Amino acid sequence: MIRDDYEVVIGLEVHCELSTKTKIFCSCSTEFGGEPNTHCCPVCMAMPGTLPVLNEKVVEYAVKAGLATNCTIEKNSKNDRKNYFYPDLPKAYQISQYDKPLCREGYVTIETDEGEKQIRIERIHIEEDAGKLNHDEYGRGTFVDLNRAGVPLIEVVSKPDLRSSKEAEAYLRKLKAIFEYIEISDCKMEQGSLRADVNVSVRKKGSKELGTRTEMKNMNSFRNIVRAIDYEAERQIEEIENGNTIEQESLRWDDISGKTFSMRDKEDAQDYRYFPEPDLVAINLTDEYIENIRKTLPELPESRKKRYKENYGLTEKAANFVTASKCYSDLFEESIKICNNPKTVGNLIMSDIARILNEREEEPDELKFTGKELGELVTLIDKGTISSAIAKKVLEELFNEVKMPSKIIEEKGWIQISDESAIKDVVMKVLENNPQSIADYKAGKDKALGFLVGQAMKETRGKANPQMLNKMFLDELNK
Amino acid sequence: MAISKDEIIHIANLACLNLSEEEIERYTLDMQEILEFANTINNVNTEGMSETIAANNKSNVLRKDEVKTFENIEMLLKNAPSQDEGMFRIPKVINN
Ligand SMILES: [Zn+2]
Repeated sequence: MIRDDYEVVIGLEVHCELSTKTKIFCSCSTEFGGEPNTHCCPVCMAMPGTLPVLNEKVVEYAVKAGLATNCTIEKNSKNDRKNYFYPDLPKAYQISQYDKPLCREGYVTIETDEGEKQIRIERIHIEEDAGKLNHDEYGRGTFVDLNRAGVPLIEVVSKPDLRSSKEAEAYLRKLKAIFEYIEISDCKMEQGSLRADVNVSVRKKGSKELGTRTEMKNMNSFRNIVRAIDYEAERQIEEIENGNTIEQESLRWDDISGKTFSMRDKEDAQDYRYFPEPDLVAINLTDEYIENIRKTLPELPESRKKRYKENYGLTEKAANFVTASKCYSDLFEESIKICNNPKTVGNLIMSDIARILNEREEEPDELKFTGKELGELVTLIDKGTISSAIAKKVLEELFNEVKMPSKIIEEKGWIQISDESAIKDVVMKVLENNPQSIADYKAGKDKALGFLVGQAMKETRGKANPQMLNKMFLDELNK
Repeated sequence: MAISKDEIIHIANLACLNLSEEEIERYTLDMQEILEFANTINNVNTEGMSETIAANNKSNVLRKDEVKTFENIEMLLKNAPSQDEGMFRIPKVINN
């Protein structure tokens, strides 16, 4: 736990790979995977004499990102060189943007325990990704694969407005959701297409000045970002309490030990000697261009959430959960068109579907079934054809093989027993076998009823209509 | 325009260059001359002129987002002193 006389201040620099077909400055494919160096050409391999040409989609996607995060779009923009040496960067400079980023001064809204909070965005700029270094386990050296070199990125820089690891996670999840909604990135953190540099500092509560910050680069899982922030904040507080000072430096987060380590950067490592990129011309955007992009923006999570609460009666929690992922939200909308029962669909997504995905260690975008199946499933529950216990089993089946739920229950023989005489038989049998429960119930132990219903469910392998069972047991017990 | 020896050492470090004492002295003088030459442009009167952000007045030279596969990767790899398994081989990079 963070001591409550201290405040944690977090800023995030989020890198997001854009889902354009080609790289930012050449016509090579951006497709993930692929044999090493097969998505390369003289431009992205930095052969002398080659010239970059900017991909028009990169500008469009970055403007889209800016508009969706309430930024001002810079009508006169340009590219700059950021100079540093590393073998994954074949030109020894990265083409980025320095003093004229495409977007400035936006914000996103996150939900916190104290209500909604706006997190300000300082800037969004475009730049190119670096290649990948493969370290050889036999010590034969390092192998350079430039397939990712030149893949377009946007970097979203937040103001230091975040005050806890929880807020940092909520902010990152919100950005991810927005970028998924506007379809500019697949935001696959496990593939590195969404990753963050995390800046952390601490200060005594009430202090106006920011403390010295440390930076953890290239974090690509929510869980590790939260752990790293909590660890680092506590470490800094302890240092300060022990009378030490915090050094501004880059740290490496180690997943396994759950600690940060100094990278022992050279003092001047941060001196990138930016200058205007002479190989590219200025980017000038007209109002008309910007407005045309604004018109293509789809409904964003904020608006969907409001609609789900107001029109469909979803709770704050359910509306938040469903809209936090575009996949969930699309699944929800498609399903309710079929079953017209938003509450049940919302609950199934929030509890069962999320749980099964979690068990399978999968993300919402890996769902194979659609609203067609989920919508029918809810219709079957509503009509009393299956119980909600059976519905959960059908869901599990849907994860294994996509089939219409009506087909699944028919094949598995899971249709709910709603036939009065059949249910009566079961009730009588259960009562006969459990005289103690009858005595308990009569002695005022209401729990005994639940036990009896449970036994009847077991007897029918979950197929009996629970409302009918309940009623019939009560009738018999109160006779 | 004065440039200090320390600054030369710093720039050399950024460029990953190892300079001898003699070279540092020489480059300090060279760099001073270059800066003085470039300084001429600082004396141009720019009052009333609008800011330019590029060396020419062209803008928006853009490319369509269409894949073109470059076929001759072998030739590009050959430029490096060492390759293996379709990749450039370089001395081991120590990744802290
Ligand atoms: Zn290329």
